[in-house]
Amino acid sequence: MSAPAMGTSKTAHSDSSNKKKKGPGTLATAYLVIYNVVMTAGWLVIAVGLVRAYLARGSYHGLYYSIEKPLKFFQTGALLEILHCAVGIVPSSVVLTGFQVMSRVFLTWAVTHSVREVQSEDSVLLFVVAWTVTEIIRYSFYTFSLLNHLPYLIKWARYTFFIVLYPMGVAGELLTIYAALPYVQKTGLYSITLPNKYNFSFDYHTFLILVMVSYIPLFPQLYFHMMRQRKKVLGHVEEYSKVE
Amino acid sequence: MDTLALEATQPKKAQNGAVAAAPGPPTPAKRKPAKKTKKAVVFFEVEILDAKTKDKLCFLDKVGKILPSFSLHGKSLKDEDVLQHLPVGTTATFYFRDLGAQISWVTVFLTEYAGPLLIYLMFYFRVPFIYAPKYDFTTSKHWVVHLACMCHSFHYVKRLLETLFVHRFSHGTMPLRNIFKNCTYYWGFAAWMAYYINHPLYTPPTYGEQQIRLALTVFLFCQIGNFSIHIALRNLRPPGSKTRKIPYPTKNPFTWIFLLVSCPNYTYELGSWLGFTLMTQCLPVAFFTLVGFIQMTVWAKGKHRSYLKEFRDYPTLRSPILPFIL
Repeated sequence: MSAPAMGTSKTAHSDSSNKKKKGPGTLATAYLVIYNVVMTAGWLVIAVGLVRAYLARGSYHGLYYSIEKPLKFFQTGALLEILHCAVGIVPSSVVLTGFQVMSRVFLTWAVTHSVREVQSEDSVLLFVVAWTVTEIIRYSFYTFSLLNHLPYLIKWARYTFFIVLYPMGVAGELLTIYAALPYVQKTGLYSITLPNKYNFSFDYHTFLILVMVSYIPLFPQLYFHMMRQRKKVLGHVEEYSKVE
Repeated sequence: MDTLALEATQPKKAQNGAVAAAPGPPTPAKRKPAKKTKKAVVFFEVEILDAKTKDKLCFLDKVGKILPSFSLHGKSLKDEDVLQHLPVGTTATFYFRDLGAQISWVTVFLTEYAGPLLIYLMFYFRVPFIYAPKYDFTTSKHWVVHLACMCHSFHYVKRLLETLFVHRFSHGTMPLRNIFKNCTYYWGFAAWMAYYINHPLYTPPTYGEQQIRLALTVFLFCQIGNFSIHIALRNLRPPGSKTRKIPYPTKNPFTWIFLLVSCPNYTYELGSWLGFTLMTQCLPVAFFTLVGFIQMTVWAKGKHRSYLKEFRDYPTLRSPILPFIL
């Protein structure tokens, strides 16, 4: 899903100058700054690649191919974030982060990469754009937070852009999975049938449908969580300015 | 006069923190008093507050020996603790927390075990709408499928009977949402396994009768072992009590594993399911075994830790679930 990482609840904590939590050590902080800078740069490369390809071709069609490699590289690189939580240098839940990163990686590899026929769909552009803008803001947000120098604009963008980007990304993802269905059924991609030695079967087509259905309970929860975070983080600052 | 604020967990029957400080069962304290009981009668003043809102729910100005459930220093105390023996003065403040809707352990166990028993049988008898219509109410041509059904059914019947007649539970109830969680797990996995084992296209084990015979031996051995441990644990505890003692090997050889393991019931349970996996050579069964093993390891490690904390002389050779390994 194109949801920004659930680490927001914890970074919101470090936004308010409440130093109750011990942050990562100096070495870990340096590493994380480098990581977040590299990721910001990576997604900027994808953004620039999209714009240049659009200007060169003059149409929205088939822009996926122009950024296919950096997209795969940097989206897959996000798997490191699970490690960061597991090791403890980032105070987010391993399960939540894992879930979100895996869903992105799933879309990238198990749907878009695996089913060649959907790569020219416009829905792919829809979620790629949503992801790109989201990630550029998110990774720069983390970078500035780590350096204790967070411009209000970035914080505002992080907690406001999602209002449009999240539904946009979800729409792109769902349409892409839906477009992949007939090809998966026809070719039996990633599916195992009976009989076999280990008495197991798996129907990827049905699995994809279940994935689509799972968006129904999950998307509202994540979306409204971000809404609540927004009130807490941005609303909080407004209160302070009123007090002064 | 000392006044200590104490966190309390609400007694099961009351709702919303409205607890009458009715004296508990008239039996005396189950814990041994720290000092000799004084001749003078001590009365307590008790103020009961809601844990979240801190509203005063009631105030009791003359309380004798009562048996509430509350906690000391943030940790909840047990039903058996007696007010008189806790380090408070003659005034105490209780906080009660509503535990939410509860359900008895027995009910949960019976429901979560009855499900797999019945569900598996539905697949075994190939009830309509599961497999293709031409297979409705047919039986498998492989004898291992009949054997697997007998083993699976025996396992869950054993669990149901143990729930009714063997186990002595420490807690009466658990949160209501657990029944939905647990039943989804047990019933879901049972359906998934049963679907493949009883499928018309089921493939019997690669090494045939040899493999099945070994698997059955392992399965039966571990079923008897698991039962022996349950009996041994039951005998540690007098009826109606909640005492905790270190389990030791008994005359029954199946309990000698207590020398090496804290929770041999889980060890034997793992063994049973490994046997069943080998018998059916079915990947979903292997998954179920793995997931169960992970959960039981978590429980065993927790239990092992509480044993070490509670008993100074706990045997050092013992591992939580797998001898010397885990």
